[in-house]
Amino acid sequence: MLIRGRAHRFGDDIDTDAIIPARYLNTSDPAELARHCMEDADPQFTSKIHPGDIIVAGKNFGCGSSREHAPIAIKAAGLSAVIAHSFARIFYRNAINIGLPILESPEAAARIQDGDEVLVEVEEGVIRNLTRGETYDIIPFPPFMQELMTAGGLMSYVARKVGKNV
Amino acid sequence: MGMTMTEKILAAHAGLDEVRPGQLINAKVDFVLGNDITAPVAIEEFRKLGLERVFDPERIILVPDHFTPAKDIKSAEQAKILRDFAREYGIKHYFEIGRVGIEHCLLPEQGLVAPGELIIGADSHTCTYGALGAFATGVGSTDMAAAMATGELWFKVPETILFNYYGHLQPWVGGKDLILYAIGDIGVDGARYMAMEFTGEAIAELSLDGRFTMANMAIEAGGKNGIFAPDAKALAYLEGRVKRPYKIYTSDPDAEYAQVKEYDAGKIAPQVAFPHLPENVKPVTEVGEILIDQVVIGSCTNGRLEDLRVAARLLQGKKVHPEVRLIVIPGTQEIYLQALREGLIEIFIEAGAAVSTPTCGPCLGGHMGILARGERALSTTNRNFVGRMGHPESEVYLAGPAVAAASAVRGRIAAPEEVL
Ligand code: SF4
Repeated sequence: MLIRGRAHRFGDDIDTDAIIPARYLNTSDPAELARHCMEDADPQFTSKIHPGDIIVAGKNFGCGSSREHAPIAIKAAGLSAVIAHSFARIFYRNAINIGLPILESPEAAARIQDGDEVLVEVEEGVIRNLTRGETYDIIPFPPFMQELMTAGGLMSYVARKVGKNV
Repeated sequence: MGMTMTEKILAAHAGLDEVRPGQLINAKVDFVLGNDITAPVAIEEFRKLGLERVFDPERIILVPDHFTPAKDIKSAEQAKILRDFAREYGIKHYFEIGRVGIEHCLLPEQGLVAPGELIIGADSHTCTYGALGAFATGVGSTDMAAAMATGELWFKVPETILFNYYGHLQPWVGGKDLILYAIGDIGVDGARYMAMEFTGEAIAELSLDGRFTMANMAIEAGGKNGIFAPDAKALAYLEGRVKRPYKIYTSDPDAEYAQVKEYDAGKIAPQVAFPHLPENVKPVTEVGEILIDQVVIGSCTNGRLEDLRVAARLLQGKKVHPEVRLIVIPGTQEIYLQALREGLIEIFIEAGAAVSTPTCGPCLGGHMGILARGERALSTTNRNFVGRMGHPESEVYLAGPAVAAASAVRGRIAAPEEVL
């Protein structure tokens, strides 16, 4: 899988309230959630992004609540991936479960600057910074999680297990 | 080599003799929990499978507690998704308004948590139940949907950090202060992906309510679960609530820990976490002059009976500062009723507080006390992120019920002794 887009940088400990504030959680409609994506971290964010753009963040991205509305908002806003130094546990699970590509790379998180053009070669495990001509390694997923993602997320995996097609 | 209690519970539920940190397992879950924010997403996913039944209608728990009693039409629609699903699939543990409480106060009280069980909840503070020696962790809505269908879920076995609180609790110090102190020490990602096991003399002195508070905030250090070995106090709490058989697991003496933290409880004063992270902790004696507009006493962290008793002891015969709004929210109907019977509610109302029916309400900036731009709250809740309780330019300070009550009286963040 190839992912290509422009980077939008955020700092450490970006929490789920910043990704999608609770005041918008009286709905679970992805389109509506997308309109408020990252609003409390950067109120202008949704007017700056283009389809395929990538969030680049520091440590512990997605800490806080278990709301799956957070990765849903990011995905529905048209962002193609999140690259971070590290991810909070539930956000990590949720992103894998719904098929939002997340990539752990302390090196990429430190080097990529706002607006850099980034190409991710997921299978090869590398991130290429096209603006700066640098490459960074991705910390690989355990095989089981790769399987989950290839299956198309957790629900397709479960559907196969319970003998139904979704 | 021995195992920690977290490892033992996971092994037992995966049908294995032994597990090691980092191992990926498939484990059977004893209970699956969802609320009015997370369950609608899970229910939608579950319905796509086209199954006629859930894995076990007695092992799914639906708690509409966040935006209830419904704060607007959209919230009412979300809550109705739970209600309809519960009726259609015969979900036994669905709690309607008037009987509902904040999920993490409600489940233990209703006997839905027993030692040694594995509980997942589509809510990050599901880790609260570790206070009773269960493995409990927060997951997402898709995880909830998968578990409702199969009764199983995948887990990565976490490493464990052991927190030993030796020495004795100081006056007005409770579970909130002990856990804030630890988060201040290790940071909001200090236990990322890890189990936090709590032990020591001071823990033995702590009530179950205090232990629920501590386990509740394991997630605020990035933890996967918080856990306590059940002692006589825990068994007394379980008596009359849990009727099914359960198994008590404790960590082996030669269990392996990723880290051991030693804290002298005798040196821990009441703590306050400054905006905008729970790790920005200072003892209340060092906060300086911080004026506040609102105080909230409640939530799944500190909305239990002991919290209300502590607050009432400090508020008795006093008035809330004229420029402060004090909102008190008992965690469940049982807590509310007991507080009423003990005269605590009367003390709050006479002091000039607003008392609400159980709800998450202001804790997540939902309703029942949202902050305006530039306002500052001191709250017994668990998160002080940007915009958590309202306007993105408002501020939240976190503390236990004693500091909260004292601050409500003084109009600024205050130590409990200041109002005695
Ligand atoms: S009281 Fe607050 S932290 Fe607890 S479940 Fe409700 S919203 Fe979440």
